[in-house]
Amino acid sequence: MLALFKRDVLLAFRSGGGFGLALAFFLILVMFVPFGVGTDRAILARIAPGILWIGALLACLLSLDRIFQLDAEDGTLDVLATSPLPLEGIAAAKAAAHWLTTGLPLTIAAPFLGYLLGLPQAGYLWLILSLLTGTVALSFIGMFGAALTVGVKRGGLLLSLLVLPLYVPTLIFGALTVVRVTEGLEPLSPWMLLTGLSLASVVAMPVVGAMALRANLR
Amino acid sequence: MSLWEYANPVKFMALSGRILPAATVLSAACLFIGLFWGFFLTPDDYKQGSTVKIIFLHVPSALMAINIWLMMLVTSLVWLVRRHHVSALAARAAAPIGITMTLIALFTGAIWGKPMWGTYWAWDPRLTSFMILFVFYLGYIALWQAIEEADTAADLTSILCMVGSVFALLSRYAVNFWNQGLHQGASLSVDQETHVDNAFYLPLVVCIAGFVLLFVTLVLLRTRTHIRQRRAQALMVREAPH
Repeated sequence: MLALFKRDVLLAFRSGGGFGLALAFFLILVMFVPFGVGTDRAILARIAPGILWIGALLACLLSLDRIFQLDAEDGTLDVLATSPLPLEGIAAAKAAAHWLTTGLPLTIAAPFLGYLLGLPQAGYLWLILSLLTGTVALSFIGMFGAALTVGVKRGGLLLSLLVLPLYVPTLIFGALTVVRVTEGLEPLSPWMLLTGLSLASVVAMPVVGAMALRANLR
Repeated sequence: MSLWEYANPVKFMALSGRILPAATVLSAACLFIGLFWGFFLTPDDYKQGSTVKIIFLHVPSALMAINIWLMMLVTSLVWLVRRHHVSALAARAAAPIGITMTLIALFTGAIWGKPMWGTYWAWDPRLTSFMILFVFYLGYIALWQAIEEADTAADLTSILCMVGSVFALLSRYAVNFWNQGLHQGASLSVDQETHVDNAFYLPLVVCIAGFVLLFVTLVLLRTRTHIRQRRAQALMVREAPH
C-alpha cells in the first residue's frame, strides 16, 4: 500500500502535467476574479473566502480523472486488483496520493492568493486550517467519483456532474469557517463539522470506491 | 407466497399488467377530483387570496420528489443485496419521474413565491436543498445513460444512489446551518395540532393520493418498457447471425 502510494506520488511529480496543472488553474481562477468583479478592495475582501474555496474545489476536481484513468487504460489497475492488497487499500492509497499532490499544494498556495484578493488578516490561519482538513474530503469523495466513471470513455464531464453535488457539504462548512472568522464570529463549529466530514470520508469512501471499482472491473 | 415472487419478470409483468389499468383510472380520477375541488371549490385565503391554490400542485410534487428518491434507494439496495433485475429497472424507471416532480415543485414554488415573498427565488435552505436534489437526480440519470453494460450500470447507479442519499441528507443539514430561510415549516402532519385548515386539507390529501397513484402508474409503465426492451435485445442477440 505504501509502495503504491509512493509510486502514485512520484508519477504525479515526474510525469508533468497533473501536479502543476491544478495549481496553475487555481492561480488563473483567482486572477480572473478581479477582471470579472472589479478591483474594489472591500468587495474582493468580502468574497475572498468563497472564491478561494471554490477555486481550490474546482482545481481539485480537474485532476480527479487522473486517479484511475491512466492505470485503467494500460492495465495496471487489473494487475493491482489481482494483487494481495484489497481494493479498499488501493482506493485509499490512490486518494491519499491525490491529496498529497493536489490538496496540500493548493493549501500552501491559498494564503498567497488570499493576499492578492485582500483577505482580512484574521482569515489566514483558518483558511489554511480549513483547506488542510477539507481537501482531504475533496480527494476521498473525488476518488469515489473517479472509481464510478473509470469505465466511461471521456468521462470527465460526467465525473464533474457526479462529484460536484457530493461536494456541497464540504464547500459549505469550509467556506463558512473562513467567512465566520473574517466576520468576527467563532469558526470552530463549522471547522469541526468539516473535519468530521473529512475523517468520515477517509473511512467510508475507500469502501464504496472499491465497490465501484469491483463493478467496473468485473 | 411472498413479495419476492414478483422479482421474477414474468410474474411481475402479469401482476403489473393487471394493476396498470386500475391505477391509471384511479390516478386520473383522484387528480381530477382533487384539482377541481382544490381550484374551484375551496375559499380564498384571507391573506394570500387565490394564490394559495397552487398548494395543490406544490405540496404533492415536493412530497413525491423526496419519496421517489427514497424508493430508488430501497430498490437500489434490493438490487445490491438480492440482485433482482426488476428492482434495478424500477429504480431506473423512477428517476426521470422524480426529476420531473422536483422541477414541478421548484417552478410552482417560484410562481407562488413571487406574490408572497416578492421574489421567484431566494437562497432559502428548503429551496436550495431542492436544487441540490435536482442535481443528484441529474447525475444519477446521466450515469445510467453513460454505461453500456446493463449489470455494471445497475451496480454503479445503485452505489451512487446509496452514497448520494447520505450526502443529500448531509447537504440538507449543512444548508440549514448555512442560511436561515423564508419557507414555512411542514404544512402537513399526522400528529401535530397545527396544520392547514380542513377546507384545504381534504382536497390536498386527494391530490397527494392522485400524485402517488400517478407515480405508481408511470413507474409500472416505464419498468414494463425497460423489461420489454431487455427482452427485445436478448432476442436480437439470439437471432443475430454468428
